[in-house]
Amino acid sequence: MSAPASAVPVAPARQGGPGGPDSPDGVPQPFRAPAAAGGRAQRLADRLFEGSTLFFAIVVFSLLAAILLSLCWGSRPALHRFGFWSFVTSREWNPVTERFGALVQIYGTLVTSAIAMLFGVPISFGIALFVTELCPRWLKQPLATAIELLAAIPSIIYGMWGLFVLAPLLADHAQPWVTDHLGGWPLVGSLFQGPPLGIGLGTAGLILAIMVIPFISAVMRDVFETVPSILKESTYAVGATTWEVMSRIVLPYTRVGVAGGIMLGLGRALGETMAVTFVIGNAHELSASLFMPGNTISANLANEFAEAVGALYTSSLITLGLILFIITFIVLACSKLLLLRLKRMEGRPS
Amino acid sequence: MATPTSTPTSTAPETAAPETIAAAPPPPRYTEIYSSGLYRRRRVTNRAALTLSVTTMGIGIAFLLWILWTLAVRGIVALRPIVFLQSTPGPGSDGGLINAIVGSLLMIGAGTLVGAPVGILAGTYLAEFGKSGWFAEIARFVNDILLSAPSIIIGLCVYAVMVMRMGHFSGWAGAAALAIIAIPIVVRTTEDMLRLVPVSLREAAAALGAPRWKVVVLVAYRAARSGILTGVLLAIARISGETAPLLFTALNNQFWSTNMNAPIANLPSVIFNFANSAYPDWQKLAWTASLLITLSVLVLNIVARIVFRQQKAG
Repeated sequence: MSAPASAVPVAPARQGGPGGPDSPDGVPQPFRAPAAAGGRAQRLADRLFEGSTLFFAIVVFSLLAAILLSLCWGSRPALHRFGFWSFVTSREWNPVTERFGALVQIYGTLVTSAIAMLFGVPISFGIALFVTELCPRWLKQPLATAIELLAAIPSIIYGMWGLFVLAPLLADHAQPWVTDHLGGWPLVGSLFQGPPLGIGLGTAGLILAIMVIPFISAVMRDVFETVPSILKESTYAVGATTWEVMSRIVLPYTRVGVAGGIMLGLGRALGETMAVTFVIGNAHELSASLFMPGNTISANLANEFAEAVGALYTSSLITLGLILFIITFIVLACSKLLLLRLKRMEGRPS
Repeated sequence: MATPTSTPTSTAPETAAPETIAAAPPPPRYTEIYSSGLYRRRRVTNRAALTLSVTTMGIGIAFLLWILWTLAVRGIVALRPIVFLQSTPGPGSDGGLINAIVGSLLMIGAGTLVGAPVGILAGTYLAEFGKSGWFAEIARFVNDILLSAPSIIIGLCVYAVMVMRMGHFSGWAGAAALAIIAIPIVVRTTEDMLRLVPVSLREAAAALGAPRWKVVVLVAYRAARSGILTGVLLAIARISGETAPLLFTALNNQFWSTNMNAPIANLPSVIFNFANSAYPDWQKLAWTASLLITLSVLVLNIVARIVFRQQKAG
C-alpha cells in the first residue's frame, strides 16, 4: 500500500472505490478523516453537553439562594424600622398606622400545623399499616393510588370545599357539641369556646390534616416496606400479633424514617396557603379558642399582598414570607436529613 | 407477605398434640391459655388496632370521594357551552371562563417550556455526571427542599425580582413562578429514572465508541423516555392547580387577553376571587372552574401513572 500511496496524486482514480475519494495516504476517507476531525468535535460536544447540564444544576442550586436573597432584600425596610425581635413578638398589624408585627400569624401557623399533625399523623400511620400489612395484594395499588390522588387535588379546591361544605357542617353540628362537652374542662376548655362560626383555626387545622395525609402515609409506607421480612416473619413465628409486629418491630426499626415523613408533612402544613386562606377568617387577633378566626403567615400573604400599598406594608409582608421560609426550610432540612440517615443505615445508595 | 391475622385457626392442630401424650398430668389445654387474661388482652388490642387501621383507610378514601362528589354536583350545574365561549362576567351578568382557561394554558405552557428542559438537564447532571460528588449532594438536597417549599414564597420571590423591577404584574411573571415550581419535580424524576437505566447499556454504547453525550442522549434518554415524560406530566399537573404564586405575579384580568406582558386571567385566581364574592353566579362559575381544574389535574396524574407503568414494563 505504501508505494501507491505516494502515487495517489498521479493516479487518483486507481483506488477510488464506492467509498468515495480517498485520502492522500490511501486510507479510505470514511474511516479516517471524519474520525479525526469528528473526534475533536465529539470531545467538544461532550464538554458542551456536560457543561450545560452542570450549568442548569447550578441554576437549580442557586434558585434557593435567589429566593433567600430576594426575601432578605425585600424585608430590609421592615426589619430596619421594627427590628427583627420586636417584629416577631408584636401582635399589632395595622396598615393604617403602619405598625406591623408577626405574632398572630406565627401563632396561627404553628397552631393550625399542630392540629394537622395531631389528626394527620395517626391517620397516616393507620393507612400505611393497612397498606403494608393488612391489605390484600390486588387492592394495594388502587388504594395507594387513591390516597396519592388526595395530594393531587389542588389546594384551592380544599379551600372551597372547606368553606362551602365542611365549615357549615362544623358550625351546625360539631362545634356546638364540642363546646357543650369539652368547653367546661379545666385547662383545655378555653380552646373550645366561642361562637360556632365554622371557620377559624380549628377548621383550617382539620383541612390541613386531610392534605398532609398522602405525604406522610406515602413516606411511612415506603419505610415500612424496607423492614427485612425475615425480622417480621420471625416475630410472627414466635406468636406475635400483627399489632405487636407493627409496634415492637416495624416502628422501632423505621422510627427515623417515620420522623422524617412527619417532618415532611409538617413542612407542607406550615406553608400551605390557599386551603387555609379560605377558612382561616383573616382576623388579626390572638385568641385562645380554636373556633375563633385567626391568621397564618401564608393566608395573610395571599389575602393582602396584591393590595398592599406603601413600601413598609409590602416589606412587612415579605418579612413574614422570610420567616415562613426559614421555618419551613429548617423543618424540611430535618426531614431530609432523617430520611438520608435511614437510607445510610440500610446501606443503600441514596 | 405474612399476615397471620387468624391466630385462632393456627392453634387448632396444636390442641391435638397434648392429648396424644397419655398418662402424666395433662398440661394445661391450649384453649385455656388462649382464653386467659394476657392472651385476651393481646387479641383485643390487635383487633382494635387493625380495626382502627381499616377505619383510617376508610377516612382517607371517604374524604377523596366526598370532595370529588361535591365538585361533580356543584360544578356540573353551571357547566354549559357558554363557559367555553365567553369571558368572565361582571356581577349579575352571564358569562364563561374562556379568558381564564386560555390565560392558564398560556402560563402553564410557558412555565413547562422553561421548566422541563432546565429540570431534565439538571437531573441529567445529577444522575450522569455529578453522581456522588459534593456538589451533586448539595444540589440534590436543595432540590428536595424546593420540592416542598411553600409555593407562595416562590410567588413572593418572583414578585420581588420581576414584578417590582418591571413595575407591573404580568403573565410572564406568573409563568416564571410556575417554572420554578415545575423544575424540582422534573429534576427529581429525571434523576430517578436515569438511575434506573442499567449501567451495562451505557457501557455497551461506550464500547461501540459512542461519545458520552451520545450515550446519554441516544441511549439513556431513550431508555428512560417514559419515566422522564411522567415527571413532566406530574409537573404540569402540579402547576395547573397552583394558585398562591399567581395571586401577585399574574394577578387577574376580567377581559380577554393573550398579552403575556400584562396581567392575565387564570383559572385559579378566578376561583379565588369568585368563590369569595357575594354573587351566586360567580360562585357557580367558581365551582365549574374548580371542576375543570381538578378533572384535568386528575387526568394528567392518571396518564402519568400509565406512562410510568409502561416505563417499568419496557
